[in-house]
This record gives sequence, C-alpha cells and structure tokens, in this order.
Amino acid sequence: MKIDRRSFLSFLIGGAAGTTLSPLTWKLMDDSAIWTQMWPWTPVPEDGEASYVNSACSLCSGGCGITVRKIDDRAVKIEGMKGHPLNNGGLCILGLSGLQLLYGPTRVWTPLKRVGKRGRGRWEKISWKGAVSEVAETLGDLRKKGQSHTAGIISGSDRGTVPRLFDRFLTVYGSPNLMRTSSIIDSYELTLHLMQGVQALPGFDFENADFILSFGSGIVDGWGSPVRMFRANSTWCNTGGKVVQIEPRLSNTAAKSDKWIPINPGTETALALGIAHVIIKESLYDAEFINYYSEGFEDWKRFVLDEYGPDSVATITGIDSATIIALASSFARASKPLAICGRGQGTTPGSLNECTAVHALNALVGNINKKGGIFAVAEPDYINWPEVEMDARAAVGMQKDRLDGAGSKKYPFSRHLLNRLPQAINSGEKYPLKALFVAGANPLYTMSDSKAVKKAFDKVPFVVSFSSYMDETAQNADLILPNHAYLERYEDIPTPAGMPKPVIGLSRPVVKPLFNTKHTGDVIILLAKAMGGNIADAFAWNSYDECLKETLGYKWRVMVEKGFWSHPDFFVQTHEESFDTVSGKFEFAPKETGSLKQFKPVKIEGDKTNYPLLLIPYDSIRLANGVVGDPPFVMKSVDDTVLKGTDVFIELNPKTAGEHGLREGQLAMLSTPVGKARVKVHLFDGIMPGLVALPRGLGHTAFDDYLAGKGINFNELIGPVEDSVSGLDAAWGIRVKLAKA
Amino acid sequence: MSALDNNAKEIAEDAGGEELATSSPEINQKEQDNRSAGPVILFFIIGLFASLILGWIIFPKLLYSKKKQPIDFNHVLHVAEVEDGCESCHFFREDGTYSGVPKLEQCIDCHEEIQGDSPDEIKFVEEYVSKGREVPWLIYSRQPDCVFFSHAAHVKGAGMDCVTCHGHIGESESLKIYEENRITGYSRDIWGKSIGGFKKNTWDRMKMDDCAECHREKTANIERTDVKTPTNRLIDHLIDMVYPGTSKSGKGGSIQTERDACFVCHK
Ligand code: SF4
Repeated sequence: MKIDRRSFLSFLIGGAAGTTLSPLTWKLMDDSAIWTQMWPWTPVPEDGEASYVNSACSLCSGGCGITVRKIDDRAVKIEGMKGHPLNNGGLCILGLSGLQLLYGPTRVWTPLKRVGKRGRGRWEKISWKGAVSEVAETLGDLRKKGQSHTAGIISGSDRGTVPRLFDRFLTVYGSPNLMRTSSIIDSYELTLHLMQGVQALPGFDFENADFILSFGSGIVDGWGSPVRMFRANSTWCNTGGKVVQIEPRLSNTAAKSDKWIPINPGTETALALGIAHVIIKESLYDAEFINYYSEGFEDWKRFVLDEYGPDSVATITGIDSATIIALASSFARASKPLAICGRGQGTTPGSLNECTAVHALNALVGNINKKGGIFAVAEPDYINWPEVEMDARAAVGMQKDRLDGAGSKKYPFSRHLLNRLPQAINSGEKYPLKALFVAGANPLYTMSDSKAVKKAFDKVPFVVSFSSYMDETAQNADLILPNHAYLERYEDIPTPAGMPKPVIGLSRPVVKPLFNTKHTGDVIILLAKAMGGNIADAFAWNSYDECLKETLGYKWRVMVEKGFWSHPDFFVQTHEESFDTVSGKFEFAPKETGSLKQFKPVKIEGDKTNYPLLLIPYDSIRLANGVVGDPPFVMKSVDDTVLKGTDVFIELNPKTAGEHGLREGQLAMLSTPVGKARVKVHLFDGIMPGLVALPRGLGHTAFDDYLAGKGINFNELIGPVEDSVSGLDAAWGIRVKLAKA
Repeated sequence: MSALDNNAKEIAEDAGGEELATSSPEINQKEQDNRSAGPVILFFIIGLFASLILGWIIFPKLLYSKKKQPIDFNHVLHVAEVEDGCESCHFFREDGTYSGVPKLEQCIDCHEEIQGDSPDEIKFVEEYVSKGREVPWLIYSRQPDCVFFSHAAHVKGAGMDCVTCHGHIGESESLKIYEENRITGYSRDIWGKSIGGFKKNTWDRMKMDDCAECHREKTANIERTDVKTPTNRLIDHLIDMVYPGTSKSGKGGSIQTERDACFVCHK
C-alpha cells in the first residue's frame, strides 16, 4: 500500500475530526485561561484566620497607635488604632506602608561584619555571640587604655527604655557622648528651659486652639505628630478655627490654610517681634499674665518697640506693614491663639531666637499652660532604675567634655549638639572618637553636609549600626547588629513631642521575628554582661522584655490591654507652679543668655555675588526623611513634578526662571558652597522669586531600588550653621547659583 | 456508463467527491482511483481513532501528574471520634470565615503523643507536630485565586451540606492520589475525573458552570425556559453591555447565573 498525499490528507482530516470529538482542545483552552490567572508573580492574598494586634508605629516620632490585621501569621494591613489619643483611627501613608519595610528586601537578616573596605557592601555573617564579644572586646580595650570617653552613641531619641539603656551603659562604661538626633524639639526644650525654667517637652493643645499662627510649620506636611495634626486641621475646618501660614513657599499646609503670607526666608524672628510690637503698642496683650507671671517684660518691650516697628519689619520680611498690623490684631483678639514654629517637618532646630520670639508671642497672649495653648509637659517618670555605681575609670571618663560641646562653657544649656560632631571629629581639636554606635538614627543620610559627615565617619575606626534596615549608616558600618523590625518587638514609645499630656505607647510584636535579629535592648544587656564588673551589675535584667515589664510596673497591664497608657489625672498647672526660673516667673529676656543677645538673624552660608539665589528645602508627607526612607508604596505617591525617573525637580518662580533662561522640565546645575547637583526645573508660581526649593527625603543611596539613586539628598547641598546661643543647627537654607546643565 | 464506471464514481464520491470520477474518461485512470480509495478511508479512520485515543486516553494521562498526600488521613476514624461531624475540624471561625483544612493547632490536642502505631501517625507526630510544621496538604477543592467563594453563604445561608460539593470524602478511609493539572497547578477534581466534563453527581466537578447550574436552579425568578445556551447568553450579555436594558435577560449581570455582577464571584 502506497501512502500518497491524499492518504496523508485524509489522515489529517480524520485526526482533525477525532480531535474535535475529543476534549483535548476545549480542555487545553480552559487550562490555558486558568494558567494566565496563575502567573507566579501575581500576588495572592494569604488565606487563613484573621486577627488584630494593637501596637505602635515608630517609623517617625509621631507615636501613632496602630492595629495590625493578620491572616494567620502574616501581617496584611496596618490600620490606625481606634480610640488612641494621638491618631484615633487615622494613619499616614508611611505608617500604612510599614509592611513593605517589614517584609521588604532592605532588612538586615543576620549580624554582619564588614569584609574589605568600608562601604563596599561586602559582608560576612557572624553569630550573635561573636558579634557581642567583638564589641565587648573593642570597648574593653578602650576602657583599659583609659579612653572610655572616646566611645559614643548617636541615638534617634534619648527618651524611652532603649535610649535610656544606652545612656546607662555609656555612663557606667565612662563616656558622656550620647548624642541625640536634633530637631525643632531641641530648640523648644531650650526655650522652655530658659523662659520657664523647666526641663520639659512642648505640648500644644491644638484641638482646643482657634487661631494657629504657624511660622512655616508643615501642619499637614508632617510636622509634630503628623496624624494628630491632620486631625486637628480637620477639626479647625469644622469649628471655624483659623490657620495663618507664614512661609516663602506655597506648601500643602499653606494651600490648606486660611491665609498664606509669603515671607522672605529666615526673617520669621523679625515678623514675630513685629507682631509683638503691634500687640504691645495696641495693648492687646494679656495684662494679667504679663503683670503677675512674667519677668523682664519692660526690657523686652523697649527692645521690641524700638527695633521692630511694622515698617522696619516690613522691610526685613517683605510683608507690608498693614498685613503685619492686621495679623497681630487678629492673633491677639482670637479667643485661643497659638503660635508655633519649626519649618516643614521640624527636622532642623532653627535659631533659638526664632523659637523664643514665637514663644514670647504665646506668652503675650497669656496662653502658656492653658486650654488651647502651649504646655510644658514633663516626662512621665516611669523609668526609675537604681543609680549606677561607677568605678574609677567610668568616673574619669564621665568627667570629660562632650565631643559635641553640649553643656560646655560655650553652649551651657544645650543637651545634644549632634550637628557639631562631624566638625569636632574632622578637626580633631578635642579627642578622637574611637567607637561609635548608631541606633534609631541614620546620620549619614539625615545630617547636613553629607561629605563632612562621611569624612568624620571614616575617621572613626569602629562603627556599629543597630539598624533593622540596610540604610546609609549601616552600609558604612563595621558591624551591623540588626534590631527586630518595629512590628517584631516590644518597646515603649514615650509621649511624642507636641502632645499636651503624657501618653506612652506600646510597640509589641505583631509577628515573630522573621530573621536572625535581636532586640537592641537585649544586645545592650548582653554586652554589659560580657563586659562584667560594674557594667554588668548595672544591668541586672535577664532580658529586655523583663526590663520593660519591670520598668513599666502597673502601667504594663494597662498598656497590654489598651495599647497605650495615658495619664489618668493629668491636670493643667497653675501659673504659680508653672515657672521654675530664678524669678519664679516667665522670663521674656532670660538672663542666662545675656539679656537680649538672642535676637540676631542667622547668617547662612554663601555670598550674594557668587550665589545670587537662595535654596530652601521643603518637606512633604509623601517623602519620609527620617530614620527610614520611603517604602515603594509611598514612593508611588510622589508627584512627577517632584521626581521623574531619577531626576528631582527644583521649584522656581517663572520670573526667576526667565532671568536664568530656564524652561519647565529643563536640566539645570545647582551649586552651593557645599555641593553641586543636577536637577530639573519646575516652574511654580507658589514660590517667591529669587528662591529655589528642593524636596527633602530623596537621593538615598541605600534601601531598595524604588528609592535608592532617585533625586538628590538635600543634605549634600547644605551645611550646618551654628546658633550662637544654643549651638544647634540654625540653617534654614543656603545661597545657591543656578546654571543650565 | 458501465457498471464499473458507476461503481468507481460512487467510491470516488465516498472518498470526498473529487472531480476525478466525472472528469476523466480513461479506464486506467479510474482503476488507479479505485485502488487508492481504500487507503484514503483507512487513513481517515486511523487519524480519527488515533486522535480520539490521544484526546480521551493519552491526553489526560499527560495532563495530570500524580502526587501522594504527605500523610494518609483516615476520615472515618476521625469522624467516629469527634462530636460535631465535619464541623469539628472544618469549622466556621467566629468572624464567619471558614477554616478549611485543619491546622496543626486542631490536631495537636490529641496528637501531641503518637497514637497507635500506623506509620503515617508516627510520621505526622515526628515530622510535623513535634517540629511545629504545618502539613502541606494538597487540597482537592482549591479554586483559582481569583474565585471568591463563601462557605458561610452556602452552608449557613443556603443550608447546603458538605456532600453536595465535596462528595463522600468524609466516609473515606484513606486519601486518594492527588492529580495535579500540569498547566494550571489545580487538582483534577475541579474539572472532574471525566476528561469530557461529564458528571453524574453534583460533586463530580467544581467548575463555574457547575456553580451556575445550581444557582440557576435555585433562582426562583428565572424560569427553566429562560435558561439559554452559553452562546445565547453571551450574545444577550454583549447586547446588554452596548445597549443597557434592552436585552430581556441581560440585566448587566453574570452571563452564567443571569444574576449578580461578575465580581461577586471573581475578584
Ligand atoms: S505619623 Fe509617624 S507614627 Fe504616625 S503612622 Fe505615620 S509614620 Fe507612623
């Protein structure tokens, strides 16, 4: 039999007929449809039992309470905790995205030790035991050589049990060098100390205030406890509260305010004094408060009346005198006015004279420690550990001056001056820093003049990072001892600054630690035990959890139940008990600062001829610029007039752009006395001519691919400017020149 | 025309009615045609049967891989021990969600220690219970991820029993082999044992049409006579999308159930 073409065709036809009559085609079609729904990269939600865990968010210093939804062992959603005194169910976009930090690729999985040159990203895994004994050995050597004071710690905070454990460790070890990340809170603390004689945090009763005079504070841009501020802002909308925003740029806060008053940058102090001038002149101040509870008013009054008349203030600030007079009058006549300061998110302390001038406005209208006003909130005194017993070495070490100069003759009132550390290390004027711990902070990203900071870090022979994430500082450390992520650990979250009454939040493990990490509290205890002697004796606890439980005492039970503890019978102090100054009254011109010398404008870096424009930073709630950077979800929300691809935009008034021949979207070169950057131009009518604004929170070199390498870190372009009284960083901007790239 | 001619023509027509039979007067040629008609039929039949065998017998063998469950579970034994029947282990959680296949947590009460001496029991306790590892059960009824199915609506709401969809698994003494579709990764039980998609019992298949069948039956306001063929339903649905409200049965809903929107079941 011959198989010819026809037979073959007939075979095919038979085959086709048979296939049609068999399920093969239909089944394959169905299966391939299902296959397309099943691509492995399609995220599939976990199935299982739903549960909720109350905890606290510590991604910023806002202290929000959170409720995390879990499906079996996986956390699937973060929500705001209902009934929490700070955020009552609300949450910010960063807090919402916390799971991407928990499960994301930026976590440090295990203790790591640097291999090869620092910062090259080559690590070897080491055991916890090995890591702790290495640190103990290095610190032990320094101590033996009588150099215990050359060890230091940069900590995100100095409140709460973990920072206090560090503090305790350093004390009994023998070093005065615990340095806290600085912010506007430093200035406020100092202001309260100088004007009211108290060691306290500022607390603002926003919820009851009805006229907010904000000197550039980003009320809806992440200032203070951000979610609380959003809520307060909504309250004002409903109750008719007014917000007047004073800043050179139309920020989100300015856009949402009742009145935006653009001001020449850096002249806020003059405006505050100008407003004071009008209030005094028109006798709009609270005479009772001034007469009975204040000191130095007459001197201050003379100074203000002589120098800060509306016309001269108008010349300095660029705000016309009629506006100043009207503003002063509406502020003083409001029933519960409140003036606040701290530019943007308040990440830089600013000048002390600005803070005191703004605080003086509150005093003028008599709203100190009063409903709707500003309170001095003392720390809740729950950390009462037995005094440490220092041995001779520790005592000698503790006698040494701090490296950052805080508490020195020059800056006797400041407690932390981290901004001065790089210069102190680089100049080598005092003593070298030989070991540095970094916990809850990312100084290599957040401190200004990145180059100088890097140089200083390079000079420290032993850097240990306690970060849960591979951030810029961890990348440049010798040893990383990763802390559990915030959703994996117990920790007390002390009252966030700005809250008028004490609230302690409880961060608690939502999920079991995913990796070979260890609670930093436990590491400190282990380290102390490894070092032995008095140091070990100062840490009698077996674990951090034990320490925390014991420290919180009866509050622990309340916190476990409610998720937070708030002072049940917190009461407002009377004016008689409020002030602990020498006079026992509110000091308008604190003597410690040499009468009125605090009112001096800040001189920023750069000369006008070479750098004709002014560069200012701006903050946005969509750009985290603290200890963590934006997780991918938040990054997605950044506007493409802020960041496009890897290019960051500067904001420029069309008039200024015209003078420089720059168009929308054009590339430009930005140079300041500190650094250079290539940027794109975005024309914006909401910024005053002559200014250039650049967002903070970009230009990371660490974290994930969604964040790293995008835009410019503002800190590369600006250096710190020391405030003459506080020594804190008072820089609000820097001179800049702009050219076509 | 000779008888031979007629014969040749018939055969040629059978083989596909090609023009050869009528167009060529040559006897030789006809004879040749005559000779090739047999193989043509034969090959047609071979092709037909080969593809039928391929489609009905070989294809399912290739499509599914066979997997053994990690532990052989005896439902009969357990049902006898527990009080609430299926719900003892496959229960509704407080929030109304369905627990599905039990987790170790449910087993651990009785199985902390090895019970009896079956090798599966020993393996279960040693490898899973004492190590705190969940058993990676292969789930016969697992639906694609995009399917939203609420046990509460069906069991509590409509009062259906487990058997209607899951069959008599509760009466089994050992777990059957899990056949995994190599393309989709799902169990063969979804499409059903019959590769042709035929079923005798409600629990034989778990495809969308099987859901729809029941849903249509239970939907009182749709008459049996309204039930259309899939093609008609699709046309109605398209008309309804383009000219909403004009089609009698479209109603902007699912073409399968003629009720509800697609996203009720599809996420
Ligand atoms: S405001 Fe801060 S503390 Fe609150 S949710 Fe956002 S990141 Fe967390």
